[in-house]
Amino acid sequence: MDTPTTGASSGTQGGITAGRLTPDAYAANFADLHPPFDPHEAQVAADRCYFCHDAPCVTACPTSIDIPLFIRQIVTGTPDASAKTILSQNILGGMCARVCPTETLCEQACVRELAEGKPVEIGRLQRYATDHLQRQGAHPFARAEDTGKRIAVVGAGPAGLACAHRLSMLGHGVALLDARPKPGGLNEFGIATYKTTGGFAQAEVEWLLRIGGIALQNGVALGRDFTLESLLSEFDAVFVGVGLAGTNGLDIPGIDLPGVDDAVDFIAALRQSDPAAVPIGRDVVVIGGGMTAVDAAVQAKLLGATNVTLAYRGPQARMKASLYEQELAAARGVHVLHEAVPVAVEGAGRVAAVVFDRPGERVRIPADQLLLAIGQRLDPAALPPTQGGKIVVDGPGRTRTPRVWAGGDCAMGGDDLTVTAVAQGRDAAMDIHTSLMR
Amino acid sequence: MANLASTFAGIRSPNPFWLASAPPTDKEYNVRRAFEAGWGGVVWKTLGLDPHIVNVNGPRYGAIWGADRRLLGLNNIELITDRPLQVNLDEIVSVKRDYPDRAVVVSLMVPCEEEPWKFILPRVEATGADGVELNFGCPHGMSERGMGSAVGQVPEYIEMVTRWVKANTRMPVIVKLTPNITDIRKPAAAAKAGGADAVSLINTINSITSVDLDLFAPEPTIDGRGAHGGYCGPAVKPIALNMVAEIARNPDLRGLPISGIGGITTWRDAAEFMALGAGNVQVCTAAMTYGFRIVQEMISGLSEYLDERGMALADLTGRAVPNVCDWKDLNLNAVSKAFIHQDLCIKCGRCYAACEDTSHQAIAMLPGRVFEVKDDECVACNLCVNVCPVEDCITMERMAEGDVDPRTGRVVSFKHADWTTHPNNPGAVAAE
Repeated sequence: MDTPTTGASSGTQGGITAGRLTPDAYAANFADLHPPFDPHEAQVAADRCYFCHDAPCVTACPTSIDIPLFIRQIVTGTPDASAKTILSQNILGGMCARVCPTETLCEQACVRELAEGKPVEIGRLQRYATDHLQRQGAHPFARAEDTGKRIAVVGAGPAGLACAHRLSMLGHGVALLDARPKPGGLNEFGIATYKTTGGFAQAEVEWLLRIGGIALQNGVALGRDFTLESLLSEFDAVFVGVGLAGTNGLDIPGIDLPGVDDAVDFIAALRQSDPAAVPIGRDVVVIGGGMTAVDAAVQAKLLGATNVTLAYRGPQARMKASLYEQELAAARGVHVLHEAVPVAVEGAGRVAAVVFDRPGERVRIPADQLLLAIGQRLDPAALPPTQGGKIVVDGPGRTRTPRVWAGGDCAMGGDDLTVTAVAQGRDAAMDIHTSLMR
Repeated sequence: MANLASTFAGIRSPNPFWLASAPPTDKEYNVRRAFEAGWGGVVWKTLGLDPHIVNVNGPRYGAIWGADRRLLGLNNIELITDRPLQVNLDEIVSVKRDYPDRAVVVSLMVPCEEEPWKFILPRVEATGADGVELNFGCPHGMSERGMGSAVGQVPEYIEMVTRWVKANTRMPVIVKLTPNITDIRKPAAAAKAGGADAVSLINTINSITSVDLDLFAPEPTIDGRGAHGGYCGPAVKPIALNMVAEIARNPDLRGLPISGIGGITTWRDAAEFMALGAGNVQVCTAAMTYGFRIVQEMISGLSEYLDERGMALADLTGRAVPNVCDWKDLNLNAVSKAFIHQDLCIKCGRCYAACEDTSHQAIAMLPGRVFEVKDDECVACNLCVNVCPVEDCITMERMAEGDVDPRTGRVVSFKHADWTTHPNNPGAVAAE
């Protein structure tokens, strides 16, 4: 899948339309970005690990997975033991194997990256082990004896799932409450389709919940169906992992024209649909510089858009998307424009072009669709005290409200990564446990 | 291009690379392919008396592997040729006629009585073969019938059979030795006493490569059971090199030609065997792993090596033998320290783990994952060099004369001093 395949019914006609590609092309474009290793490939990849002392990859992992150990367990033909090493630190190790920006985490730290520019493929090895174990069907962890304590976990995204699992493992009863119709949070609604194929996010949640002791309830939202106060009266503690449900807008002329969409909604809709049914413009402009912007731009291209421009207001060095993601976009044929400040959306009745100020020039880029990916923000609901748009936390997720913890993207200290959210959820669970069992 | 023409025990070949007696030399078809690929000679797979033996109908080989399934050691339970004697003899005639410049030596194994040898030797001689190799090495199957290593483990038998063979043929006689003994010099001396023109070694080593942990049976497994086999391949090379050197440096065996065998895979392996005293080399596992074409690399590599040094092939044989000595003769005054070249270090820390956990706590781990040798603790054991994944990243640097060894506080002297004169040695002789 080096370049998107095109050539079908609605092809390159203008406007926003579905079915631009052949069924085969959709299948190829939205296949696994990094296909899984077969057993021999895994063996060869695992053999490359040096089993470093005090390994830099472990230090680089936000969940501190013992990477040399799990790789050694693959070498010795015990992938399920390997998966347990991974999952004991990071219960969403399967998803993280798929979506972690390993090129800026463990694999960047790998000594073989330093030595030869070719790190051990830690992410794919992690996927090999976790897939192997999850295929066996059984859940590898058991609950401790019931403590009689009950905790409400608000948000079934990476932070909430990790928190709920760890609390259940320690013997607590958990009510897992989520506003969306399905659990998973950004794993289910926010990640590019080609990064987690085949319904993996739901399968992983289902597998995770098999530990028992977690009552999942979907379609219930904080501030609408319950409040922190009502939860605190019913539960011994509350963990808030609601993510950043709001998105930032852009206040320029023409921004209300039809054809201007939110990139987060676009990505979520694509994840929940057959790609062939998702309408896309012929000329698409994406405004933003983060992972969401890249995911939206790349997927617009994969859906059959002819021209996709990713416009970022600052210089390349400030883009939040990793270099790897930027290269991925370029390789897929996305045109990346740096130092482009949007000033207006033009069009009679619907989007026709987007105008940018660039150093020394004003450029007008034809567009029939504009996707905005300029940052997500905390939904102002009844939350513990916030600062700078995030819930203030101290140490392992303690908010300023007694008996309330928080973690993931909604809390301070995160970096908008799945793996960091998992670490925060897990660590908050440990702290809740210590606090409740004191 | 160096002249690689070789004469070993009076047998000429265009290069010193022979295929050892084994499956690759089992029949005319293979041997022709080998000669077309460029091998200088073959030792035809061992002939025996009719009725010919039979082989198992299950796996004959077991193996161990390194990274990426690189084959490191191979074990086999195949016996000698399982084809009628006359078929082999006819094929040898045909091959030798078409490749007169190549060495064709015939490996033999018959019962330990003179009559069978008297029977088979003239028939082999009639094929035009250049020599015979006596298989006193095979450790499996045939040894249960009093042949192979069962003979090679008793020096008196070696001498007796060698004498019979010499008395019954004009062909050069090479005696192939088994490594499954305690002192390789004894069977070599017996072969020499019996009149052997050369020895070849090593044959394979008794081995079980692995155990099937579901069947609880050794590998290779046949119908749930396994027998020990003969081990060969790169893993056995260090054992073979030592045995070759032990013969080469023994004054009583001096001048006895040695055909070196054991894990030879590249020109460098071959050159090492020759430097330790081998006149030529025999190869099997490498050919079985990669095919006959590997000889082309052996020829080009050895040729380049000799050309670069202006050496003739004959200059190589035995060149390292004078430097093989006993432990007691090693210079205790030669003091080295490990040195980590920071520009090559990839900061894996394996040297640190090895030294800290299992050796002398002589490597410091400094901030930023900088690893440095503590000269006041380093005994120059070389373990860090061996476990480092980067070649030449850690080197052993010899201390200069007059420097003070920070570990012992002693001034380094370049004067040789070994155990024989060391004060801690109760049997020391006074230093001169």
